[in-house]
Amino acid sequence: MPLEPLALEPLLSEDSQEYVWTLNFGPQHPATHTTLRIILKLDGERVVDAIPDIGFLHSGFEKIGEHLDYNQYVAVTDRMNYISPLANNIAWHHAVETLIGLEIPPRCQYIRTILAELARISDHLLCNGAVALDVGALTTFLYAFHQRERLYDIFETVCGARFTTSYTRVGGLMYDVTPSFIEKVRDFCRTFPKTHADISRLLDRNRIFVERTKGIGVLTKEQALQGSATGPIARASGVTRDLRKDHPYLAYPDLQNSYKICCAGGGDCYARYLVRMSEMKESLNIVEAALEHLPTGPVNVEMEDRVILPNKDQVWTTIEGLIAHFEVVMSNRGFETPNEECYAATESPNGELGFYLVGDGSQVAYRARCRPPSFIHFALFPDLIRGHLLSDVVAVLGSLSIIAAELDR
Amino acid sequence: MADTQEQLLANFDKALLRFSTFRDNHRVVVSPDTVTKLLSFLKQSCDFDLLIDITAVDYLHYPKAEHRFGLIYNLICTDREERLFVKTWLDEPDLTIPSAVPLWTGANWMEREVFDMFGIVFEDHPDLRRILLPDAFSAYPLRKDYPLRGRGERHNFQRITRAES
Repeated sequence: MPLEPLALEPLLSEDSQEYVWTLNFGPQHPATHTTLRIILKLDGERVVDAIPDIGFLHSGFEKIGEHLDYNQYVAVTDRMNYISPLANNIAWHHAVETLIGLEIPPRCQYIRTILAELARISDHLLCNGAVALDVGALTTFLYAFHQRERLYDIFETVCGARFTTSYTRVGGLMYDVTPSFIEKVRDFCRTFPKTHADISRLLDRNRIFVERTKGIGVLTKEQALQGSATGPIARASGVTRDLRKDHPYLAYPDLQNSYKICCAGGGDCYARYLVRMSEMKESLNIVEAALEHLPTGPVNVEMEDRVILPNKDQVWTTIEGLIAHFEVVMSNRGFETPNEECYAATESPNGELGFYLVGDGSQVAYRARCRPPSFIHFALFPDLIRGHLLSDVVAVLGSLSIIAAELDR
Repeated sequence: MADTQEQLLANFDKALLRFSTFRDNHRVVVSPDTVTKLLSFLKQSCDFDLLIDITAVDYLHYPKAEHRFGLIYNLICTDREERLFVKTWLDEPDLTIPSAVPLWTGANWMEREVFDMFGIVFEDHPDLRRILLPDAFSAYPLRKDYPLRGRGERHNFQRITRAES
C-alpha cells in the first residue's frame, strides 16, 4: 500500500528532535540527474524537512542577455533546458518577434510548431524514463532513450546539431527543412505509438511502479495555484490551463481541433506520469496534423523587413540583397526595437517558459528576463516531500522534471 | 480586461493608477506604497489566483527613465485566462517593498531571486537569503553598474585544499 504522508507535529516536538539526523543529497548524485543539492532532515527514513540549495550552475544568462544581440542569444537559450533546446529557441524568438511586432510566415510557424511538439515528446520521454529508472524500471528508460535518439536524428537533419540546435532566427529559421526531414518525422509518427504503448504496458499497472508513485508527493490544486505551478505539473493537479489553448500562438490556432489538454486530478507522481504520457500522444497528433497542412512558400520574412539575412543568390546577384545583408550584419544598423517592454510566453514541455524583454532601440535587449519553469517548480519540492520516505525523494524530484541548467541559468 | 480596469478604478484613486497596453500586454503602474493593497485586491476581488513571475528591471541608463528600479508582477486569472502586469518603481536609498508571500507562496523564491540580483529588500519575507549566488557575495550583479565580467570575485574566490577541509 502507498504510505500516507505522516503528520508532522509529533515529529517536531522537543523529545524527538534528537533522533532527527541530516543527510546531504547532492550536488553530485546519480539520482539528482543534475547539479543541485538538498539538505534532508530525516527521522529514521522519513523526511522531516528538505532544504534545497541551488545555484551551482549559475552562469549569469540574464546578464549575458544584456550584452548579446537578439540572434546571438539564441545559442545561450540552448543551454537552459538542454533536454528540449528547440522549445527554448522558439520561446526566445517568439518573445523577440512579439517585442518588435513581427509576423512570421505560415510555413515558419508550422515548422516551429512541429519542432516544439517533437521537443515536448523528447522532454517527456526523458522525464518519464528517468522517473521509472529511479524507482527501479531500467527497461523503460532504454526504450525512451532509443526514441529520443531518433528525435535527435531529426533535429540533426534540420540544423546539423543534435543538442545545441540554435535553429530559430528573428523572423524565420536558420534553414528551411528538407524532404528528408518530412520523411523522418512521418517515420517517427508511424513507429512511435508502438513504443508509447510498450512503455504504457510496462508501467501503467506495474505494481512496483504504482506503489512507488501513487500518493507520493501530492500537490493539491490550491497548492499548485498558490505555488505558481504551470505545465504538466499543474495539469496533473487539476488546473486546466494550457497556453496552446488559452493564448494560441504559432500555428496552434489552426490546429485547435487536433489536440486536447490532458489533465489529471490526483496531483501525485503517478498523475504527473500519466499526464506526460497522454501529452506525448496529443503532441504526436499535432505533429501529424501540422505535417498534413504544412504550407509552402518562404520560410523567412521578406528582405524589406531587414531582420534576417537574405538568400545567398539575392546577395550575390542583386544590390538590394547585398545592402540588406550588410545592414543586418552591421552592429549599428539592423532592425530597431521599440522603447517598450513586453512579455511573451510559450507552453514549453516543463510549463510556461516566458521572456520579459525590455527594448531600448538597439539590437541588444536592455533586460532579458527568463521565467524558468524548473525554478518555480523546485520551490514546491519541500512541501511535496515532507512526511515521505527517503527513497521517495528521487521519485518526486524526477516527476517535477528539474533541469538544473534552467533552474540556475 | 475592461471589467478589471473598471473594478480597479472604482476602488482606487484614479490618480494612483496608470493603465497601458502594448502588444496585448495589459499593464497597470502604481506607486510602491499602494502596490500591496492593489495586489491583495486583485487576488481577493478580481480572482487573479496565479502569480506567474516577479521580476525587476534596473533603468539606470534607460532613455528618459524616471526611476531607478521597476518591479513587475505578472498575474493570471485562471478562470478568465486574463493576464495583468502590475508594475511599480523603487528608488535608492529606500529599496524596500512589502513581500507578496502572504498572498502567493510561490512568490518566495521569485523575491529571493530579485533580492539576490538587484538588492531589493522584501519586508516580512519568511526567508530572505541569496538563492543563486553564494551568501558571501557582496554585489548585486543584474544592476547596470555591475560589469559583465564581475569585479574579480571569481579570481579572488577563496579556495580550500583537501587538507583544510
